[in-house]
Parts: sequence; structure tokens; C-alpha cells
Amino acid sequence: MSERSEARVPGPDSESRAWLLSLRAPGPRREEASRRLRDLLLRAARFEINRRRGSHPHLRGGDLDDLAHQAANDALLAILGKLDGYRGESRFTTWAYKFALLEAAVKVRRRAWQGREVPLEPEHWSVIAGREDSPAREAESHELLDSIGAAIETELTAHQREVLVAVALNDVPIDVLAERLNTTRGALYKTIHDARKKLRSHLADAGLGFEAVLEPTRVTES
Amino acid sequence: MSETPRRDQARLVKRLLGPAGPELSCEECFEQLDRYVELELAGADAGAAIPGMGAHLEGCSACDEDHRSLRALVEAEGTSSPQTDA
Repeated sequence: MSERSEARVPGPDSESRAWLLSLRAPGPRREEASRRLRDLLLRAARFEINRRRGSHPHLRGGDLDDLAHQAANDALLAILGKLDGYRGESRFTTWAYKFALLEAAVKVRRRAWQGREVPLEPEHWSVIAGREDSPAREAESHELLDSIGAAIETELTAHQREVLVAVALNDVPIDVLAERLNTTRGALYKTIHDARKKLRSHLADAGLGFEAVLEPTRVTES
Repeated sequence: MSETPRRDQARLVKRLLGPAGPELSCEECFEQLDRYVELELAGADAGAAIPGMGAHLEGCSACDEDHRSLRALVEAEGTSSPQTDA
């Protein structure tokens, strides 16, 4: 969606080069390096799962540690298959950690939603439409939200509407939705991106400004 | 609603309309995430070095969670270096 910077970056540091040499070496040296790398990945996966434990109190400790081991194994496989993709723009361990964190996060999200229905329809449309009970509701926001709701109904394709409503309105994790729809996070985010672009364009054409609603609060996602 | 109505509405508008301007894709974000985090922790202008990353993290909560986790992990590790057999 945008071009990446071509800023000059140094090559790998000595420790990162050592990792690469060991993981590309033949025989026992590679096996030993793989074992040490898996230990690091397991530590990263446990770190991630511990961060999320509070959000998923119904997941049991044993299950979570199983997920950590699965995440470490999957991350190790991914890393060994993508060693040539490491360009030395960060420490090797930082590069490797992101694979373990991603695997762990996706596994926890999917486990937490296992057996749950994913709401794709705007059945929770009342989140937008049913705000009349707020005494502090401002006319500006009221009109904007109503217009967004109408534009979601009229301007988006059925697929765009389902994905945007599920992820942005119903808080379905994008990885969970991707699994259910047999697609990828990236493909779904592209759908969301295109839907948002349509909505913004429609609002602009209708002369409805939305920056004024956003800017004063500078909301950040938690 | 747990926050003021206006703040809650702003959050909702932001989730529905997403960030303004160009942004990276999820794949590009993952590709650059390790570099971005190290630049951040080094006090460099990571956003300027990797245009579109900040906007994507604003618009994609899953990638933003990955970003926060990697940053927290690397930060927790501090300057301690992992062992290698070099």
C-alpha cells in the first residue's frame, strides 16, 4: 500500500552472523543451533501467552503451555525456511522472536474463539444506531455515525460489509475470521482497507467531515 | 459505555474509517516489524524510516498487538544478548 524506505541499513552484527552460520552448518552444529533457537522461541511464545492470559481466563495453564510449544515449533519451521529472508536489519533474535510471537498470538486468539459463532451480520448494528440514550451525544457525531452506518449498507459489497462489521464493530479477531473464511489476515485487512477508503470517499463527497470527531480525542486502540 | 460518549464515538469512527493516508499491508508490516521496534527502542524516528508503518499499526489492531508484544519482549531482554556458539 506504500513503498518502503530505502534507508541504508548495516549488515548483521556478529552474534546474528553466528546464528546464521550455525543454522546453515551441516550436521550436529545445525541441530544444536536449532535446539537453542527453539528454546528462545519457546521463551518468546510463553512471554506472549502470559501477556494474554488475563484476557482469556477460561484457558487453562496446561493448554496454554501446549500452545506455547506448538507456537515455538511452528515458528522454528518458518524461520528455518526463511533464513534467506533475514537481511540483517535487526538483531537475528529480534527477527526470530516476531515469528514466535505471531504464532502464539494467533493460536491463543483461535483457541479463545474455538466453538464460538463469528458474527458477520450487522446484528450488533445497535452499537451505532442505538446511541440515543446518551445524553451527551453531540449532533455532529450523531450525524456522522448515522451516515457511516448508511454508507456501510449502501456503498460496500456484501463481503466488505461482513468483514468490516465483524472486525471493526463486533471485535472478531482478524486471524479468527481469516481461519473461518479460509483466507489470510493480509487479504482480510486489504478488504477492510478498501471498505474504509470507500466510506471515507463517500463521506467526503457528502460533505461530511470526520476529522473533527477524531482529532480532539486522539484515541488509540488498546 | 465505559468512557465518555464522545471518546467512545470517536473510537468507533476510527475503527470504522481507519487511518488517513497510505499504510503498509499486514505482510509488509510483519516484514518490517523487527527493524521498526529496534529503531523505536534506539530512540530513532522509526515512523520516518518506515513510512506507512504507524498508519498500519493504527488501523490493524492485530498487527499493533504484535508490535506491542515484540517491543515489550525486546525491551524486557534489555541489552542481554542471546548465547551463540560463535
